[in-house]
Amino acid sequence: MKDLFWHLVGIATGLKILLIPAYHSTDFEVHRNWLAITHSLPLERWYVEATSEWTLDYPPFFAHFEWVLSQVAKYVDPRMLEVQNLNYESKGTVYFQRLSVIATDLVYVLGVRSCLGSLGLARGTQQHFAGSMLLLLNVGLLFVDHIHFQYNGFLFGILLLSIGALIRQRFLWSAFAFAVLLNFKHIFLYLAPAFGVYLLRFYCLEQTSVLSMASAFVKLLAVGLTPFAMSFGPFWQQLPQVLSRLFPFKRGLTHAYWAPNFWALYNTADKVAAGVLKVQDSGTSTTSGLVQEVRHTVLPPITPPVTFVLTVVFMLPILVKLFRSSKNQSPLVFLRAVVLCGCSSFVFGWHVHEKAILMVLIPLCLLTLVNREDARYAYILGIAGYFSLFPLLFDADLYIPRYSLYMSYVAMLYGQLYRIFPGFRGFHALEWLYMLGFLAIPLYEHLLAFLLHLDKRLPFLPLLLTSVYSALGVLYFFGAFYLYALGFTWGKVALSGPSCSSAVKRKRKTK
Amino acid sequence: MKSEILATAFLGLAVRSIISLYSYSGFDSPPMHGDYEAQRHWQEITVNLEVGEWYTNSSNNDLLYWGLDYPPLTAYHSYVLGRVGKSIDPRFVELHESRGFQSGEHKRFMRATVVAADVLIYLPALVYLVFSIDKAFQSNEKLFLFMLTAAYPGQILIDNGHFQYNNISLGLAAVAVAAILRKRWYTASFFFTLALNYKQMELYHSLPFFAFLLGECVGQKSFTSFAARISKIAAIVLITFAVLWLPWLGSLQAALQVLHRLFPVARGVFEDKVANVWCAVNVVWKLKKHLLNDQMALVCIGCTLIAALPTNVLLFRQRTKTGFLLALFNTALAFFLFSFQVHEKTILLAALPSLFLLKWWPNEMVIFLEVSVFSMLPLLTKDELLVPALVSTVTFHLIFKCFNSNAKLDNENSLKYLSNISSILMICIVGAVLTIPAPSRYPDLWPLIVSVLSCGHFLLFFLWGNYQQFTCKFS
Repeated sequence: MKDLFWHLVGIATGLKILLIPAYHSTDFEVHRNWLAITHSLPLERWYVEATSEWTLDYPPFFAHFEWVLSQVAKYVDPRMLEVQNLNYESKGTVYFQRLSVIATDLVYVLGVRSCLGSLGLARGTQQHFAGSMLLLLNVGLLFVDHIHFQYNGFLFGILLLSIGALIRQRFLWSAFAFAVLLNFKHIFLYLAPAFGVYLLRFYCLEQTSVLSMASAFVKLLAVGLTPFAMSFGPFWQQLPQVLSRLFPFKRGLTHAYWAPNFWALYNTADKVAAGVLKVQDSGTSTTSGLVQEVRHTVLPPITPPVTFVLTVVFMLPILVKLFRSSKNQSPLVFLRAVVLCGCSSFVFGWHVHEKAILMVLIPLCLLTLVNREDARYAYILGIAGYFSLFPLLFDADLYIPRYSLYMSYVAMLYGQLYRIFPGFRGFHALEWLYMLGFLAIPLYEHLLAFLLHLDKRLPFLPLLLTSVYSALGVLYFFGAFYLYALGFTWGKVALSGPSCSSAVKRKRKTK
Repeated sequence: MKSEILATAFLGLAVRSIISLYSYSGFDSPPMHGDYEAQRHWQEITVNLEVGEWYTNSSNNDLLYWGLDYPPLTAYHSYVLGRVGKSIDPRFVELHESRGFQSGEHKRFMRATVVAADVLIYLPALVYLVFSIDKAFQSNEKLFLFMLTAAYPGQILIDNGHFQYNNISLGLAAVAVAAILRKRWYTASFFFTLALNYKQMELYHSLPFFAFLLGECVGQKSFTSFAARISKIAAIVLITFAVLWLPWLGSLQAALQVLHRLFPVARGVFEDKVANVWCAVNVVWKLKKHLLNDQMALVCIGCTLIAALPTNVLLFRQRTKTGFLLALFNTALAFFLFSFQVHEKTILLAALPSLFLLKWWPNEMVIFLEVSVFSMLPLLTKDELLVPALVSTVTFHLIFKCFNSNAKLDNENSLKYLSNISSILMICIVGAVLTIPAPSRYPDLWPLIVSVLSCGHFLLFFLWGNYQQFTCKFS
């Protein structure tokens, strides 16, 4: 088999360009506004400006990134760079913004290449091909970046570069890349514990003497903090203002559409309990799309500290496991820790967006390639996770594209798993039933709702179904994969990835 | 393997639905609009008028405004779609009032009907065909073949972009081809008759079917089995025809009126620039000055038959499966190059067999398929589909490379050389079209160059196809 990596890059790019005229969300206007702000206002106004409701709420590196883009944008259509020119979307603007996402995906491509190499997957093997397919043609990124509109591609690229560097034991590079990433989009803080613990344990504490430990620690700190200094330095006089933009805790527990996590089930349980106990709803409703604040009627209310504590508590076991794992197992455990840290924050976090599931799904693609049992769990989460992105693509023109892209991806994933792990099966009847159950939701949304005349009376029911049913899968994955990652199994012998560690070793030798 | 076929089918569907997001022929261009309006108008006519009036001019049916000029199966299809459309919104098909109707919802409905035909007919037909090929030749190339047939941009751009339903007639023809490969002569005759009754352009494929099936009958050992087989095939064809044409069989005049609608000699030898011989000849020798329309039609018929004869006679005598596919390719090209009233889009009829021939001649056929898209660029540019056309063609090439990476490009250096030349030529012309405006004296300069260059390629491929068939090594 030839190395088809760049062919796949080309095919993915083609698909992305074809998607240019597709519906885009308000995030398109968000980013246009940021282009305008960074281009036409001085630095100290960036985090103060509030003409548009879509104020700048990403860290300074991202703002600078928008500034760089705006230097090109002014040659395309200068009108998109006017702060007052709200909701401007000329053809030039659409093409420019869409193509900027596609072009910056090059970072993602490099990240994928680096990560696959670091895992020891030789070019031209089935595993390398499968990995390239899963990551380059990732349907989640297609949905969120190239239809909905965001710049996750290059951010995940930096994440993958950082993961790749870490597995190759270039610890300082890894720390630097991750710190840079945090200064582009701070949501990746959720993955920081895994990086922190790993670097502390296998870089600092691995040193022979206390002195070299200390020097390693200082180096790590210096490398990690430099990007922060560069990023926030110019804004040091208005730091509180910047931080209040970055961490808006005034938003509610759940987003308007409930991300499929624990709180979706919690809200639903509250609704059901209120209905059963006939408790009067005190005004606001959780299901209304306009109301951001959620008020629980039966179950106790949830505050940000509660979600924070829960998130941290659920991160701890895998971090301890990571800290105590043997050196040759550590890359595998590290990847699982990244996935589980992402998943803990997704399941219990405050005001989680459905898009955040990508922080779990993308690293999970790497695990899928190296271990049969991980692949099994990854598949279940893939089914639920990518499905849960559908509410982002609610435009009627996108119904067929979204279902067919999704089906194509999950079928391709299954085919690739079958090729990498001959005889891959291993789903329980219940798991199959759960996965097939997803067919019922579109069936209800596009057919039964109209036949039963429920579409007007319960307009939010399809969203609720998607959210709750996907949440079941996410929580099942979270529990089952967590136990598996910690080494607990039900009767079956855990396949604790010899393939990965040996592959990593092999790679090191050839280097 | 099954899951990968499924993944491919859904990918094909995804690309089709994404191309559907683009503009269509005749968008926002009154008074005549384009093929999209033609299809909508046929729904309007068939839903509101009696069957007998569909093909006749009347105060309710102005044939000069996109009069129905496809065979009855298309008309019935339009009727069904019209009924569905009417139930969604009666304004879609209101008589007279709905002319030029366009809205977001209507576009979604129309696009969905094409995608529905892809899902129900075209893609399953391709799956059936690639499985039949693997079965008939004991090979295992279904994924490669299905991937490329499903991703061929020409058909997608015309059906889901420009707006037509070639997927139905091509799908029915593909089933008929598959049936031939599986030696199911009666199924083949039935499905081919359906295809022919959906679009008369399927005549491009008719001679090989005729030659092959006739040969099969003549090849019988005894006269009785010959008679039994030929009468059975004839019965299937005639009965299918009779059922479909029933409403117009009451009088000779009505049937002739339909036929007259299907073969409009008055419309001239070609309309827009098209990559066939007559358009190329017309550059140096103005046909209209020297020949009357009727004369021209006769010349065309004569040339087409002469060009198509050798391949079909050979097929009649040596009925191999590869030979059959080659004959389909050669005959379709002969019709495209020499016949009367040819549209750019009809190259799709030659593209269909060439997709199947990818199994034997991947490197040659992929050039042909790319040239076929290239030849439609002037049309697609008019519909604002240039970007998706270029992008999907490059992507198609990459997909081909993915599968064909290990395959033999062995000692065929001359082929590689030629294919590079033609790629470079095409790329240069596309670049020139995009950057250099045509001189005002010759506004059609670029379309003409595209047509003539494509025509040259098609002629070479026509000769190549005949040569391959006459020296065929494959059974």
